[in-house]
Amino acid sequence: MGKDENTCATLRAEIAATEAQLARLKRDLVSAEDRAVANSESTSPAANRNKGQNGSESPWPLLQEEYGRYGRQMIVSQVGLPGQLKLRSAKVLLVGAGGLGCPAAQYLAGAGVGTLGLIDGDTVEISNLHRQVLHRSRNVGKYKVDSAIESLRELNPLVTYIPHRTHLTPDAAPSIFNEYDIILDCTDNPATRYLISDTAVLLGKPLVSASALRTEGQLMVLNYPPRPPGDKDGGPCYRCVFPKPPPADSVVSCADGGIMGPVVGTMGVLQALEAIKVITAPDVDALNQTPHQDPPALHIFSAYSNPLFRTIRLRSRRINCAVCSASATVSLDTIKSGSTDYIFFCGSASLPSLLGPEERLSPQEYRERHPQVVHGELEQAHSRPHTIIDVRDQAQFGICNLTDSVNIPISKILASMPTPTNERLQGDYSGSQPPSWLPPDLTSDSNDPIYVVCRLGNDSQIAVKKMKDLGLDRNGQRFIGDIRGGFRAWREQIDPEWPEY
Amino acid sequence: MTDPTSGSVAPIPITVEFTGGLEILFSNERKHKITVPGRLDDGSQPNISYLLRYLVDNLMKDQRKELFIMEDNVRPGILVLINDADWELEGEEAYELQPGDNIVFVSTLHGG
Repeated sequence: MGKDENTCATLRAEIAATEAQLARLKRDLVSAEDRAVANSESTSPAANRNKGQNGSESPWPLLQEEYGRYGRQMIVSQVGLPGQLKLRSAKVLLVGAGGLGCPAAQYLAGAGVGTLGLIDGDTVEISNLHRQVLHRSRNVGKYKVDSAIESLRELNPLVTYIPHRTHLTPDAAPSIFNEYDIILDCTDNPATRYLISDTAVLLGKPLVSASALRTEGQLMVLNYPPRPPGDKDGGPCYRCVFPKPPPADSVVSCADGGIMGPVVGTMGVLQALEAIKVITAPDVDALNQTPHQDPPALHIFSAYSNPLFRTIRLRSRRINCAVCSASATVSLDTIKSGSTDYIFFCGSASLPSLLGPEERLSPQEYRERHPQVVHGELEQAHSRPHTIIDVRDQAQFGICNLTDSVNIPISKILASMPTPTNERLQGDYSGSQPPSWLPPDLTSDSNDPIYVVCRLGNDSQIAVKKMKDLGLDRNGQRFIGDIRGGFRAWREQIDPEWPEY
Repeated sequence: MTDPTSGSVAPIPITVEFTGGLEILFSNERKHKITVPGRLDDGSQPNISYLLRYLVDNLMKDQRKELFIMEDNVRPGILVLINDADWELEGEEAYELQPGDNIVFVSTLHGG
């Protein structure tokens, strides 16, 4: 047994080291390719535009290849040749090359947008591939923007692609946005969403903003028309719709909440569509008539609802908006200098450290106290009886769980828990029923220890605290504690084959 | 329709929907058909402020009230939609409920 395990461990370590080396090589290759592209700039297709086969001026505004490539959309009356020329001279920035950015970039590149900029500081992970459709398995470890541009070049080499291998920061945002005509918000957190909206408004760029989680998505075209701050005819900005950020604890990421690929893909595709509509919109005519324009709207997609889509009329600009009103307090200077502090504004979720060290066991310590029951022995052969409560939600519990563990989702615990200030006194539920989620043996007189485990070791602490508030530990007679680091630590310390999802 | 002297006013049936994850706080049901009184004890007509209190007291089984209400208003990050329009176009919490109204609460999403 020991020999095989050692072989496995050695192989795993070798694979990890080789993968790290491969990722490094991929990044080096990209830098080298960039230098090569820069050196051959003079021979790029863009430089040859409007030159005929023999180098003479062509009478046609598009390349032969472009008529063929874009013909199917050019014969749609809303696009036409004027729309195609607008697309070719348009510069579009996508902030985020993930679940929204990939499909959005794919359609914009396909449609012949002249310049596509992508900004993202992340590298490709295998858990991205189910939805981030430009990335390939071989590119795990590579910068997302490089992986995306590699795919996009194969799709349409006529487009100029600009990689920004960094997260968007307030000091850099204005100078980057300045180079583009329209911005797509394909990011995943409130702080960056406010930064993008503020910068877009102050630089007069229309903004197509989308988001998605689990089975739902939302889409808005903001600051359109992009009038200067104080002009009431401009479209509302993100702050007009959401003047205050949500409490940080209420913000759920795709990593924690989950996301279905086609849901976020739908939203990214719609972002590309809205961007194309903005770019190809008819010009304001000579009489300065405003072209017909839809009022500001929020589009909501819900995969398991009927109808799938609904459209909500949004308010216009807020008269006291901090950015787009006449009484604005946010300016490019306050953004760049950091006096508009996005992290402070949005707060950060407080990672709970609710329990003392004596209330927490590492997976290793748990295993020492409760050695594994050798396969084939009777269940009663546990060295010491105890209860494991797994507070992940049902779907996660269904993916992998410990034998004999009890699943009580944290949402169920929190939903049924009266706040300590009302109703029940701490530690006293005599006279009132214990909450329905409690298995009967936990309210018995037993002093067998209870261990709570979750995915990462945060929810487990909240659950332990709540159970102690209910008095289940009978003033310390019964041990209730959590497994520090959750199943992630479990995988590292106890069982390397534990599925990591 | 109503007799102002009798004080009895027909109750108001409305539909309330929760989306963007808020349905988790309301028994995992997106759509709820409810009926509110046509007139309140103080003689006023029920408005959105009344509806918020009504929902917290009667429909919300989940104890995490702070995920829905903060400082007697909907918490930041939740949009209230009255018949498919942002409530700010309709008078916000002072909007008086009408029979057949569709009130939607949407939590903003941030993933991408």
